[in-house]
Amino acid sequence: MEILYFAALRERVGHPRETVTSDARTPRDLVAELAARSDGHAAAFADMAALRCAVDQQLTDLDAPLGQPREVAFFPPMTGG
Amino acid sequence: MSARVQTAPFDLATELAGFGAGAGAVVTFTGLVRDDTGSLAALEIEHYPGMTERALTDYGQAAAARFGLCDWRIVHRHGRIATGQPIMMVATAARHRRAAFEAADYLMDWLKSRAPFWKREIGQDGAARWVAAKTDDEDSLARW
Repeated sequence: MEILYFAALRERVGHPRETVTSDARTPRDLVAELAARSDGHAAAFADMAALRCAVDQQLTDLDAPLGQPREVAFFPPMTGG
Repeated sequence: MSARVQTAPFDLATELAGFGAGAGAVVTFTGLVRDDTGSLAALEIEHYPGMTERALTDYGQAAAARFGLCDWRIVHRHGRIATGQPIMMVATAARHRRAAFEAADYLMDWLKSRAPFWKREIGQDGAARWVAAKTDDEDSLARW
């Protein structure tokens, strides 16, 4: 699946997207796998309270079933308007 | 009934030409880049291409259904936007003013904390800083 990062998470991870293979059952499980990839990933996911997630471009709870998504995005709380 | 994301400036008069045919009330809101400290040069706005357009359309359609709108439009810019310049607009058209006002207010509350945009302040000294989400923006959603 494609993992996308935005804003401060993108900067900490160091790139905007990566392709991973995972059997994670929830976004939270996927975060645990991703956080182990590098110090930058660990820093990006250090504050889980300030983490938001979209699965196939729909905002999703971190504990929702993940299924077999094409695209999972992680980002900080949104600040539009 | 449309949502757009673009880097270019928008012109309110152009956006409202032909907007809301048959309505009795049109409300518009325009958000500008505000400089609270006197040291801001610009905002840089990042978004999630694909999801942004989908989310704005979903929120527009939800507002139309809830408030019985005749028409709605959302335009949100991304990229670098200088202090004082417009960032985004919503326009709502309804038969009566209260529905148009409430729908615009509803849309702004949804956009501010549920549309995938992130703002970074660029100071006059060139320093960049991500804008943190406000808890009162989140609280505002609970009104609806």
